Amino acid sequence: MTGYLTALRAIVWREALRFVHQRERFIAALVRPLVWLLVFAAGFRAALGVSIIAPYATYITYETYIVPGLCGMIMLFNGMQSSLSLVYDREMGSMKLLLTSPLPRGWLLLSKLIGSTAISVLQVYAFLAIAAAFGITAPPLGYLTVLPALVVTGVMLGALGLLLSSFISQLENFAGVMNFVIFPMFFLSSALYPLWKMAESSELLHAICAFNPFTHGVELIRFALYQQLNLPALGWVLLATAIFSLGAIRGYDPARGMKGRKG
Amino acid sequence: MSGLRVSGLSYAYGAKQALDRVSFDLAPGCFCALLGPNGAGKSTLFALLTRLLTTPEGRIEIAGYDLSRDPRKALARLGIVFQQTTLDLDLTVRQNLMYFAALHGIAGRDAACRIDAALDRLAIRDRAGEKARALNGGHRRRTEIARALLHDPQVLLLDEPTVGLDAAARQAITDHVHELAGTGISVLWATHLTDEVRGDDRLVILHRARVLADGIARDIAGDAPLSDRFLHLTGQGA
Repeated sequence: MTGYLTALRAIVWREALRFVHQRERFIAALVRPLVWLLVFAAGFRAALGVSIIAPYATYITYETYIVPGLCGMIMLFNGMQSSLSLVYDREMGSMKLLLTSPLPRGWLLLSKLIGSTAISVLQVYAFLAIAAAFGITAPPLGYLTVLPALVVTGVMLGALGLLLSSFISQLENFAGVMNFVIFPMFFLSSALYPLWKMAESSELLHAICAFNPFTHGVELIRFALYQQLNLPALGWVLLATAIFSLGAIRGYDPARGMKGRKG
Repeated sequence: MSGLRVSGLSYAYGAKQALDRVSFDLAPGCFCALLGPNGAGKSTLFALLTRLLTTPEGRIEIAGYDLSRDPRKALARLGIVFQQTTLDLDLTVRQNLMYFAALHGIAGRDAACRIDAALDRLAIRDRAGEKARALNGGHRRRTEIARALLHDPQVLLLDEPTVGLDAAARQAITDHVHELAGTGISVLWATHLTDEVRGDDRLVILHRARVLADGIARDIAGDAPLSDRFLHLTGQGA
């Protein structure tokens, strides 16, 4: 068992070190949601009225509404970033080191996932702190109760990243991921507008948003930030995590996914 | 007990046969050169030996453990130096080795002692604190060989380890690895350069997915230089 923990520690440590080495990445990860919060939300504040919906007890400003969605956005980008680094690792060859370790492959992938989730969660807290400094706050205890929701959502998005990395054979294909995964997932979710607003304009879009696991990750975070548990959202997120993880393990199975790929 | 045993190994990428019933057997302490022109199937063989690929046809045994039935025990006894460098260039030599040791479940004092011993063995201990990026090609290779020895493997695989190195570095690394075989490790050294093969080395020639020759290099070469014999055997000679 100690061998497992040794490997876990080393993988998380390397992930953290890599993050520290890329200071631009940390700054970009913070600036992106802050631009949305301080520029986009301010502009749309007048245009979009948000009525009282759970978990909010009063009318809220649009800035307050989109904070959980932006937490999700940080984790979405981070999940894709770690997926990108896996593809890079594979192209550079250092992935082989991981895959030829005598420890079970599932454990090694899980360790990667834990490492990238830990970094995601830290970034979200840094963002929440800056948002609070601008006066956009949640109940104090909410900052604690949101932690498990962040971990669960981070693992889901990290697992999605792992799954994608097992499909993407070349670094150049990564732009496609931006267009076909990140943007649709973010815009077709409850991150920027409540689902009932979406239903007013299109039933079909509403159905897609309600199916999107990212919506449920955002809602899980939103409720947890107000010390409430959104059980259906948790169920969706766990189900999606299980599907993405099984897909990723299958994708990294030497007898299947890696076939025909010389990497 | 054999070091490395490959029997009846076949693999195809779709319709293209990359390996066709390949078999050979290495005793402990044997240095075996795997010689083949580009496209002979060496890389596929390495991917199968390291379990980056698997195939239902044929069998691979590493230090007595079947790679498909007992992959973890087999991989734990295998040291690998890949053709492409696999060092993290932003980490120091020692950090790279520590990361690898951890992937094999080795940590703490045990890891530190093994790292020192491996660095001494390859004469690069004085570079331990330098970032891998600062090393030249020869020293990066040595670091990778040191790393591959950390967990005391019984079988060492090297996939064209001298690509891109100058003559002196090539010579030094070839000598080092021959010495390693002298300590009881079975070494499989893939190359397409005949001058890296010594007369008394074991030699397996792979060509168009099959084993073309298997024996002592001197015997295979006969009266001619090995390079001529190799070109003749693979149909590339004049």
